[in-house]
Amino acid sequence: MDVLQELAAAFPGVHFVPQPTRDLVPTCWAPADRAHEVVAHLKRSGYRMLYDLAAVDERLRADRAALPAHDFTVVYHLLSFDRNADVRIKVPLDDAHPSLATVTDIWPSANWYEREIFDMFGILFDGHPRLARLLMPTTWKGHPLRKDHPARATEMGTFHMTEARVEEEQDALRFHPEEWGLTRHDDGEDYMFLNLGPQHPGTHGVLRIVLQLRGEEIVDAIPQIGYHHRGAEKMGERQSWHTFIPYTDRVDYLGGVMNNLPYVLSVERLAGIEVPDRVKVIRIMLCELFRIASHLVWYGTFAQDVGALSPVFYMFTDRERVFGIIEAICGARMHPNWFRIGGVAEDLPKGWDRLVSDFVAYFKPRLREYDTLVMANAIFRARTRGIGGCTAGEAIDWGATGPVLRATGLEWDFRKKRPYSGYDQFQFDIPTGQHGDSYDRAVVHVEEIRQSVRIIEQCVSGMPEGPYKSAATLATPPLKERTMHDIETLITHFLGVSWGPVIPAGEALVHVEATKGDNGYYLTSDGNTIPYRVRIRTPSFPHMQMVPMLSRGRMIPDLLAILGSLDFVLADIDR
Amino acid sequence: MSPSLYAIVILIVILVVLLTVAALLVWFERRLLGLWQDRYGPNRVGPFGIFQTVADTIKLLTKEDWIPPFADRPVFVIAPAIVMVTVLLAFGVVPFAPTVQVADLNIGLLFFLGMSSLGVYSVTLAGWSSDNKYALVGSLRAAAQMLAYEVFMGLSLMGVVMLAGSFSLRAIVEAQRGLWYCVPQLLGLIVFANAGIAETRRLPFDLPEAESEIVAGYHSEYSGMKFGMFFIGEYLGITLISAMAVTLFFGGWLGPWLPPVVWFALKTLILVCGFILLRATLPRPRFDQLMAYGWKVMLPLALLNLAVTGAIVTARA
Repeated sequence: MDVLQELAAAFPGVHFVPQPTRDLVPTCWAPADRAHEVVAHLKRSGYRMLYDLAAVDERLRADRAALPAHDFTVVYHLLSFDRNADVRIKVPLDDAHPSLATVTDIWPSANWYEREIFDMFGILFDGHPRLARLLMPTTWKGHPLRKDHPARATEMGTFHMTEARVEEEQDALRFHPEEWGLTRHDDGEDYMFLNLGPQHPGTHGVLRIVLQLRGEEIVDAIPQIGYHHRGAEKMGERQSWHTFIPYTDRVDYLGGVMNNLPYVLSVERLAGIEVPDRVKVIRIMLCELFRIASHLVWYGTFAQDVGALSPVFYMFTDRERVFGIIEAICGARMHPNWFRIGGVAEDLPKGWDRLVSDFVAYFKPRLREYDTLVMANAIFRARTRGIGGCTAGEAIDWGATGPVLRATGLEWDFRKKRPYSGYDQFQFDIPTGQHGDSYDRAVVHVEEIRQSVRIIEQCVSGMPEGPYKSAATLATPPLKERTMHDIETLITHFLGVSWGPVIPAGEALVHVEATKGDNGYYLTSDGNTIPYRVRIRTPSFPHMQMVPMLSRGRMIPDLLAILGSLDFVLADIDR
Repeated sequence: MSPSLYAIVILIVILVVLLTVAALLVWFERRLLGLWQDRYGPNRVGPFGIFQTVADTIKLLTKEDWIPPFADRPVFVIAPAIVMVTVLLAFGVVPFAPTVQVADLNIGLLFFLGMSSLGVYSVTLAGWSSDNKYALVGSLRAAAQMLAYEVFMGLSLMGVVMLAGSFSLRAIVEAQRGLWYCVPQLLGLIVFANAGIAETRRLPFDLPEAESEIVAGYHSEYSGMKFGMFFIGEYLGITLISAMAVTLFFGGWLGPWLPPVVWFALKTLILVCGFILLRATLPRPRFDQLMAYGWKVMLPLALLNLAVTGAIVTARA
């Protein structure tokens, strides 16, 4: 039975309004006062992960007529591992006092998601333990993702840093443990509060973790994020569908074109574009090359976090070789901006296959050396085994995906479970761990590098012939060869390049198994040349939220071993 | 030349050579690490980048001499000097060659142990006076680590003393004419090497300044030449521990063909390379693991070595 029918049966008094979506995820509207019960019921019936929780400001939407009358929407996206299915519950809210009951009692991971929605839209969540701003500074005025909030600094008037303003900003930075929900002392002993970051060599970027310490033992750890927030979602609302692609590169800045993939797949789903086989395989090959590049950075820096000095140099050298291939194909290294709506930017250059094969031949023995250098090292094992472990149940509750989830023993890889872009044509294994600790996360990462090499080998041997871009009208930019023959295609080309394509109204979420876990783009089009809403679901965000749970009762060095093994990127957390 | 004048000349020569060696070691380590890590290291200033340290020193000397307003000023200033002074004093008893030694004390070994014990004050006071939480954590770690490893550093050397029958370092070297003590005192050497690395706070035992955890530990607040003194102190420390290991276990200046000083320098250099290789290879244990390793593995080993050596010496006598 369809999940929406199940819902209607379970809640006979509630009026659910189903909504068709382009991604075919069962979607329905539920009234705000019953939303909590509905999602709680869904969790009990198998939708165990709160995959995403986001909001939309609907006030300027062009295709509003088809939807229930309201101003804001809160979207619960739930995922079931048993059924391998999703469900989306939308809750309409009015402008006057938008508020909703919290679901933090159902999913601990809802905490940050709800804070983010409060921060960005000003929607209140009743019963939330600490509804404070998450990404924006506490002194920020307004809620940025509301449509009436300007996107550009030039729209905001002149900025004056007056004395009073300086005082106010500095006051806001003062540290009061109580505001963070921390007690200063307990049972006659005073705690030490240590500010780890935002400038710290071990946090891999601008991340601040407030530590409540008893000696070196961590009583509590509270991550503060937002230092790397660049408003990627807001920028999506002012770029054309085509010109937003380079912004995606920079979300997980180690993942390169891996970030393009869920975005262009989502747009293609909205536009109904089917890409040629060659495009699929090229995309997979580039994505897997970037997975290797990203995992190499993780490998080296993780070893450095536990004190090993040398591995990072070897791994960055190898990453440079990967970048050599990527540069030869895409023309850029870290942020190639290379996937296009309906294809890729260029065909593969001559001799690409030799480059890739040479690298594969070189890289396999290197990986074995790294095993003995890092993974087999007794001190490394002592530092990572049994550190920061969690069960599969906890991982699901906290919204963990990717290697973090697989390290707990759950064999779940979206490339296998929901093959996209032709991954079902490839043979590879899904590595898993057992204890979900830092060491197992490392094992999974390392084995994933091997599997990526396998996939790349298959790409080289089985690269299909054919065009590198779809012939569909909405493919952007359109194939040049077709433009110089008649006025119709020339006009389409001209408009597609100057205004950008008009993507049909609709909603679609496509998610991929990115380097660090599940990355999804939930795009809303109201039939315009720019997206109405770009929601970016990133893996690092929920992973960072797990840090307090993983590190309580551990020591400072363990915190670094946990952070390192989680493999996050600050831009991927803050967007 | 009168004996007292000779002593002063030797003293000055040793001082100059030591400081030069420590400065060169900074460059040497960076080049060697570069070689092992598939990169170049500093190779721009002078031939093979050998003047890099000179450039660095000029930079450190011309930097603003910053003392944080919240620091305990006198202690903050004295702390880096302590590490230099204690290490340099300890060099006073090292016999570089039969005639090249500042003072052949009959308690030379004890003097060395005493001086290296005083070194812990430098690190602890530096961290304490900085009034910085990272520095505090670092200095607490340093105090516990160095005190613990001090205990069995002394114990590990008692076997050597028993075999040589003297605390005088020159006598210990002379006693190794037949067989270097690294063979009969292998266990002692292993324990001493571990304790020596811990004393110099080098990877894998660099917990007091573990960069990825506590930024720079006890010297987080230091800059300019005060930091430079910690830095040079560390390299002097490496040289001292290597020189002591050579003296106690590898026959000191003994060796055929080459002059004694050259033998001593060569042996020391090889051990220094060992220090650097360790740094290039190993990760860092956690604090409690380090302490457990010290008290549960190294201390029993040192005691075992002591008991067995004692039994053998007694039986022979």
